[in-house]
Amino acid sequence: MWDYIKLIALGAVAVLAAIAANYARDLAYMVNAIEVMLAAAIAFIWVLRTMGDRQPAPQNEYNDGVVRAGVIATTLWGVVGFLVAVIIAFQLAFPALNLEWAQGYLNFGKLRPLHTSAVIFAFGGNALIASSFYVVQRTSAARLFGGNMAWFVFWGYQLMIVLAATGYILGATQSKEYAEPEWYVDWWLTIVWVFYLVVFLGTIFKRKEPHIYVANWFYLSFIVTIAMLHIVNNLAIPVSIFGSKSVQVFAGVQDAMTQWWYGHNAVGFFLTAGFLGMMYYFVPKQAERPVYSYKLSIVHFWALIFLYIWAGPHHLHYTALPDWASTLGMVMSVILWMPSWGGMINGLMTLSGAWDKLRTDPVIRMMVVSIGFYGMSTFEGPMMSIKAVNSLSHYTDWTIGHVHSGALGWNGMITFGTLYFLVPRLWARERLYSLTLVSWHFWLATIGIVLYAASMWVTGIMEGLMWREVDAQGFLVNAFADTVEAKFPMYVVRALGGVLYLVGAIIMTYNLWATVARQPRVASASVAAVPAE
Amino acid sequence: MSKKPTKKQDVATTGHSWDGIEEYNNPLPKWWLYTFYACIVWGIGYTVAMPAWPLLNGATPGLLGASTRADVAAEIARYDAANEGVEAKLVAADLTEISADPELANFSQNAGAAVFRTWCAQCHGSGAGGQQSLGYPNLLDQDWLWGGSIEDIHFTVTHGIRNEDDPEGEARFSQMPAFGKDELLTDEEIAQVVQYVRKLSGQEFDSAGLGDGETLFIDNCASCHAEDGTGDRAQGAPNLTDAIWLYGGDVETLTETIYNARYGVMPNWNTRLSEAEIRAVAAYVHSLGGGE
Repeated sequence: MWDYIKLIALGAVAVLAAIAANYARDLAYMVNAIEVMLAAAIAFIWVLRTMGDRQPAPQNEYNDGVVRAGVIATTLWGVVGFLVAVIIAFQLAFPALNLEWAQGYLNFGKLRPLHTSAVIFAFGGNALIASSFYVVQRTSAARLFGGNMAWFVFWGYQLMIVLAATGYILGATQSKEYAEPEWYVDWWLTIVWVFYLVVFLGTIFKRKEPHIYVANWFYLSFIVTIAMLHIVNNLAIPVSIFGSKSVQVFAGVQDAMTQWWYGHNAVGFFLTAGFLGMMYYFVPKQAERPVYSYKLSIVHFWALIFLYIWAGPHHLHYTALPDWASTLGMVMSVILWMPSWGGMINGLMTLSGAWDKLRTDPVIRMMVVSIGFYGMSTFEGPMMSIKAVNSLSHYTDWTIGHVHSGALGWNGMITFGTLYFLVPRLWARERLYSLTLVSWHFWLATIGIVLYAASMWVTGIMEGLMWREVDAQGFLVNAFADTVEAKFPMYVVRALGGVLYLVGAIIMTYNLWATVARQPRVASASVAAVPAE
Repeated sequence: MSKKPTKKQDVATTGHSWDGIEEYNNPLPKWWLYTFYACIVWGIGYTVAMPAWPLLNGATPGLLGASTRADVAAEIARYDAANEGVEAKLVAADLTEISADPELANFSQNAGAAVFRTWCAQCHGSGAGGQQSLGYPNLLDQDWLWGGSIEDIHFTVTHGIRNEDDPEGEARFSQMPAFGKDELLTDEEIAQVVQYVRKLSGQEFDSAGLGDGETLFIDNCASCHAEDGTGDRAQGAPNLTDAIWLYGGDVETLTETIYNARYGVMPNWNTRLSEAEIRAVAAYVHSLGGGE
């Protein structure tokens, strides 16, 4: 019965998408509609062909299939995102790489949002969804709630990524940084996200542990807050139901404030709270040590989520934003410093008594360095939010350097550590294919980040000083083009740093693949079975 | 789980275990807690001192009365007041006397350079070298399309070239015919004119391909570029006998120029810059090396 309803729904979606493609008012919309049609058709055929064959999932086993799929997606999207990153870094250094024949499709303006969305939402998002599904099952001692709903979340999220990416290249964007996808992609993500919340919360509700583990607090705050941010920042009215263009409901400085309330909390809840959830599970597991302080985790959790939500205005210092909002954004950002560092302390101090593992275990080394970068960027962030510092740093490459020391150092490295932890366990392999390759990855990535961050600090501070330089009579000393020219060598260094980081990720991909393909399988009862009560 | 007996181990765990993970009951680190408190105290103090808390209408102004808008306005007013005298003198002065007056020369160098970097560098380059591939003239050499005296430059900057936007309708205008596109000359004739122009400018040319080039030039081009090819500044017609090219003197570029013609434009700056700024930038460009 349920299968028939699914078939009718999927068939209807496929037909409606075909109609939408027919009436499409722009190319991006048409291609997106065709993608939706294909996705619905494939799902239709899958349901039809497996009807009656599907066995109800055993409730005494963890649902690890969807986590495995998430691990694969994370790895592949990561490599794609880093590759586009390297391309646009070279485009900035050598503008001729904005190839003439690819104008309007593969020039910097089109590829830049593709890069940011690929690394944040495709790589980071898949890492968060996959790891949260793994962690919530283990720490709740319960199978994921909702049967195949987790698979719907996984495939729905991939569809969102494909729709957004093809839309960018073909020109569908609402021009909001990190919230570029147009209205129908936003609607689809909202649906997927609600199901994600249901799966996650449902699993917590049916947990067999008396308490909710700290990692799950962070994951939950990430899921709930992202839902709120996503909906409010994407309030828009479509110009036509058959076109990709929409009009924002907010205008002027209200729109800017909403955008950066969203933008900063995408950093706060997606890239910080969510990844802290990862850290709180995978670091103690890999170190085989208890978490340093339960008290600290409570206090820094609540302080972090209370303060982060205020910090957005620091993106709009010295703009049309009123002074009072600017002040509050700055003050809350500075107070946020210690709550952010609470996570760093808890992560690093968890290793006390196990520091010797840094010598022998490159995976732990990766996690420790990621926590180090987390601490560094959460100090740099509050510092840059101070108005006097911001008047120098704003609009410069310093911001880009700051973002990447956090993204490459913290988000990237903790995800790599998590992937190295997960793959042998998910595929029941004795151990990773090669620890030497993990070491190579570690050093390439670390050196890459150092080149990236250091070059951006240099150009950022340099261009900030050049922009503000006035002579005794109040006239600007430098032309904008002078600052661009002066930055060239550092742009090359930055691109080389990106190459190292990309090569590291490719080595990881090979290592993970070889772990599954070349390592002997072990029969491990603890992998898939829910422990007895 | 490997547990080495360390001092930290003496702290009890909370007693729960999730998938083998336990949590110590360590207290909050003192330095962490006191730094957190200090930040909060500082934050409260800062919001009292600065505009901070939103009210129904406006927000608390803060004890220090700070305002970023007022700061900017004050800074602009300060420079305006400091430059007021010299700007008035610059506007009143005769254009040709600017370079002789040390005060005006110094001011127009600084102000003119700043205006140039902000408004002119996009096309002419921050070093004023122009960009030949796009037909933006080099302002450093002694070759001038419309004249290189300070009055000429001042007029060009004020009204611009080939634009409809100048409120006084004084923009400099001239238009070269598109000899090929409009079928005034055949492709073969254009090729011959190209060779003749290369001869005029003292470049290598193909004497076999010259044909009627000279006659064609005199019939079609000389009315603007003059019979000897030295051009006519009144019409903005470039001198073709020197080594300086607006778009390029190679065969391919010359053919393109004669076939489709060129129509380079420059905005009028009289609606965007003050008279003092226009005079300053004219004096600056005049001083760059080619001024007459």
